[in-house]
Amino acid sequence: MRKALTGAYAAAEAMRQINPDVVAAYPITPQTPIMERFAYFVNNGLSDTELIRVESEHSAMSAVVGASAAGVRAMTATSSVGLALMFEVVNAASGLRLPIVMNVVNRALSAPINIHGDHSDSMACRDAGWIQIYSENPQEVYEHTLLATKLSEDHDVLIPSMIMQDGFITSHSVEPVDVLNDEVVKQFVGEFRPKHSLLLDEKPLTIGALELYDYFFETKRQQEEAMNVAKQKYYHYADELSKLTGNKYPMAEKYLLDDAEIAIVALNSAASTTRVVVDRLRAEGKKVGLLKIRLFRPFPYEEVQDALKNVNFVGVLDRSFSFGADAPIFGEIKNALYDLDKKPKLQSYIFGLGGRELYEKDIELAFNQLLLGNVSKEKRYLNLRE
Amino acid sequence: MKEGMNKSWKEIPEGGLIVEPHTSLNNKTGTWRSFRPKWDPEKCVHCMLCVFYCPDTAIPITKEDRPKRLDTNLDYCKGCGICANVCPTKAIEMIEEGDE
Repeated sequence: MRKALTGAYAAAEAMRQINPDVVAAYPITPQTPIMERFAYFVNNGLSDTELIRVESEHSAMSAVVGASAAGVRAMTATSSVGLALMFEVVNAASGLRLPIVMNVVNRALSAPINIHGDHSDSMACRDAGWIQIYSENPQEVYEHTLLATKLSEDHDVLIPSMIMQDGFITSHSVEPVDVLNDEVVKQFVGEFRPKHSLLLDEKPLTIGALELYDYFFETKRQQEEAMNVAKQKYYHYADELSKLTGNKYPMAEKYLLDDAEIAIVALNSAASTTRVVVDRLRAEGKKVGLLKIRLFRPFPYEEVQDALKNVNFVGVLDRSFSFGADAPIFGEIKNALYDLDKKPKLQSYIFGLGGRELYEKDIELAFNQLLLGNVSKEKRYLNLRE
Repeated sequence: MKEGMNKSWKEIPEGGLIVEPHTSLNNKTGTWRSFRPKWDPEKCVHCMLCVFYCPDTAIPITKEDRPKRLDTNLDYCKGCGICANVCPTKAIEMIEEGDE
């Protein structure tokens, strides 16, 4: 069925259909319309989820960690400084191997205080041991939430997932979204089967015990292995979802890249803007293309390398800094290309911080620099007053 | 590394889970004690105050209707001194580890 949904409502719609046993969330700013919509579903009997309203995001994540450890399906949603406040427990969730699913609306971190779209929140969590899936539009938010649930809950994976969308640009913009039937989603995600459960298992179980220099390192090594397994199993579940939706979910999605000489790498809504510019430049006969990163953790190094190996110049768009170092996406792209004998030349572009607009003309400017082979080791800034 | 603490990352449950009961028997928690209780059976009246107060349940007792305490289990005693503090007959003295 086709519905008119914002990105936030698309996330809530997926959550309603998945019908998790427990959702805990902080109900006030920086919370987004995801929880407003989901609370509406619960209040009107459209979801029988136990919705716990807590006093902070730290408590929200703690409550879903407790629920997940108890042995039920648990979800939450947050944004911006809310994710930052969760950070301690975000790491606990992955360290305890609890398959929690969380929608994140990408918005800037303070200071200066700001409420708009920016990737500094989720990029700050990129080493927290969560699967990270970035969504271009509400349709992808909806489908990625279903996909993440399956992938996280695989007993050989057991890694929590966060699904990202751009604040306001995606979260508050209404687009047509093709929604599966409730029954189809129910079948797809299946009944939650915990591998271990504090309350449902007959055998006694301890979760969250102290590990010092004796076993901590081994436990962390397991998390790295689980990420490898998540990458191996990703397409198993992506293909299963494709059969229902007809859409494909490549970890790194190529657009007009096969014969391209110039490429721009982007994720989230910037990919849409870039695609428009690619189409226009293609009509002018320029061999340009787009690589959209969908899966950021685990990172698809092989796919990125394969997609960009024949390109001469690559521009990478980052909506956040890693101050004093390569920006998060740029650094990964550079890593992915290191093993190539003939390496494309790279340019890092920073854009859109704190909700600054990214116009087609900005991307055109970047493409025109790349087409001239005009790249440098320095970061460049799109739509910044110099 | 302690005995029994040599399993590889492939051999342990994920996420630091403890899936078997009684693992504390493998994990001696008294290793970092700096003071040790010295119990004097002559002065002890077996009132059980030290037994109840011990936060580590490290003082064993006999299985009798009126049980008697036995010497402290130093595998688990952390040397906190609570037993010496609550003893009404001053039958427990805390002495520094390394001394007699």
